[in-house]
Amino acid sequence: MSEEKKSPYIIPIGPTHPALKEPVMFTFQMNGEVIQDVDFAPGQTHRGIEWMGMRRNPVQIVHLTDRICGICGVSHTLAFSRAVEQVAGIEVPERADYIRTIIAEFERIQSHLLWAGVAAHELGFDSLLHLTWRVREQSMDVIENLTGNRVNYALVQVGGVRRDIIPEQHRIIEDCLSTYEGLLGKLLDLFLHDRTIAMRCRDVGLLSKDDALKLCTVGPTARASGVNVDLRQDYPYCAYGDLDVRAILPDQHMGETRGDVYDRIVVRLLEVGQSCGIVRQCLSEMPAGEITAEPKLAKLLAICKKARGEAIGRVEAPRGECFHYVVMEGKEAPAAWKVKASSYSNLMSWIPMLRGEQIADIPIVVASIDPCLSCTDRVAVVRSGSRSILTKDDLHRLSVEKTRRLQQ
Amino acid sequence: MTEKVLSPEQVAQVFREKFGAAVTDIRITERREGAKKNPNFNIWIDIDRSILTSAVATLIDMHFPHFSVISGMDTGEAVRLIYHFTVFYGHPGSECTVSFSVTLPKNDLTVPTISGLIPGAVFSEREKQEFLGVRVTDIPDGRRLFLPEDFPEGVYPWRKDETGLPDGMIKELWRSKRPTDRPVPPAGEKELCELPAEDAPEKEGSS
Repeated sequence: MSEEKKSPYIIPIGPTHPALKEPVMFTFQMNGEVIQDVDFAPGQTHRGIEWMGMRRNPVQIVHLTDRICGICGVSHTLAFSRAVEQVAGIEVPERADYIRTIIAEFERIQSHLLWAGVAAHELGFDSLLHLTWRVREQSMDVIENLTGNRVNYALVQVGGVRRDIIPEQHRIIEDCLSTYEGLLGKLLDLFLHDRTIAMRCRDVGLLSKDDALKLCTVGPTARASGVNVDLRQDYPYCAYGDLDVRAILPDQHMGETRGDVYDRIVVRLLEVGQSCGIVRQCLSEMPAGEITAEPKLAKLLAICKKARGEAIGRVEAPRGECFHYVVMEGKEAPAAWKVKASSYSNLMSWIPMLRGEQIADIPIVVASIDPCLSCTDRVAVVRSGSRSILTKDDLHRLSVEKTRRLQQ
Repeated sequence: MTEKVLSPEQVAQVFREKFGAAVTDIRITERREGAKKNPNFNIWIDIDRSILTSAVATLIDMHFPHFSVISGMDTGEAVRLIYHFTVFYGHPGSECTVSFSVTLPKNDLTVPTISGLIPGAVFSEREKQEFLGVRVTDIPDGRRLFLPEDFPEGVYPWRKDETGLPDGMIKELWRSKRPTDRPVPPAGEKELCELPAEDAPEKEGSS
């Protein structure tokens, strides 16, 4: 019996994250080199934002939602604003709907490019990391031009948006879109026709369609497993109802859906092209008019204070469905507020993905759902654990070594 | 997908007919945005907790739903949980949300698990246990989710009664000032704006 104790053995990883620069605690049960079972503990960066929100008014909360996530600054604010607008019965001007759509798509472009760079880095392909992050800069510049900031845009507010897009900015946006459309073929070629990337990503981190449904997966992770789901198509909000957006599924490009890391790369890269198309269409069809239903904040606050009811605001964030539920009961602060970030729904899918894989595959599989833990966790703890822990650097080294081995 | 897409009224009708009095109220809301003003529908169904699992099973028979999250609020004498699902995704413009609301009196905060039907729901059920102090019966994994291991038992951050966060646990970082046990910086310090400690809003947290 004592021999059996040797296997499986337990490897704790974290809370410093093996793939992203965010904390989450993993415990792996290993059988030799193969992962037998996985458990994880999020909440390492829980900040209690919902609690804070229930003590503030909606005009203040939009600045809090801007800071839920460093990447999806628009998605959370947009989802929250849409929920409050529904409770308070505020009609958003059409032009604001279009501006919201444009900034949301730029957010998707920069997020997907950021992810593509992280994925390349995890595989040990750092030249590709530098390439994708260099080209990502242009979308960040456009975002800065439109909003005044690279992160925490503060563009969306309850009732509309804070800044208009003026004709001079159209040219800057168009420049960026045409650069990306020109580059996309090259990026697809670099990622999808590279033998090493195919070896490391094909049939690795599999998530079946059935598991994707049962584990409530959303966004590109779900689509890569063949689940036809995209809020922009199914539940169109803002200007998406006018645009006929269709979900991007891997079989459209590859002829089949396998639900592996590779398919997740395919979906995200193709979505960059799709987003460029959406921005261009929005720019050409953007109606004239006001950009906010109520420019005076004091008046807006008075409307919100009177509001009673409950509503859901949903937005397709770069990582999938971002969901806000708000209850207002005629007071300044919402009576209830629930934030469901997209990664909240995706974390469970790590378990089937990682089972049966090797330690060296952990970084790329973990990164493949594009986890955003600051979104999902919203109390900081310092743990003085004396457990032997594999650090992020160890894991990254293992992953790079595996790539080098395969290349020989 | 081959499932039949039902209109929100038809969905409401299915639940009304199947569960009768256990469904206390059904509301349908819509929202139209953009230039074309295409509608999005949200269905709100208030149910008794005894039919929660069969209501979810009924939804699965219609179309395997996407489970979003369980929201919750302390309404004073009860805790209300709202289970948010969406159905008919994959059909452009046809997706609608279905939210089942169950009210749990504070002397009996138990609710059956739905993770037998939708395994992904366990994540959100764990969160509701630690944040609202409800007990999910037969939950396959009842550990904490987001709160740290050393967080005290019997304190539930989203509750608005005596089990909510006590004032002593709230750190008001905005009140912190420069530590007095360190040397004064060479550049000379700008005058800090004074915050009168006595009339600062403190009672908010306990309301």
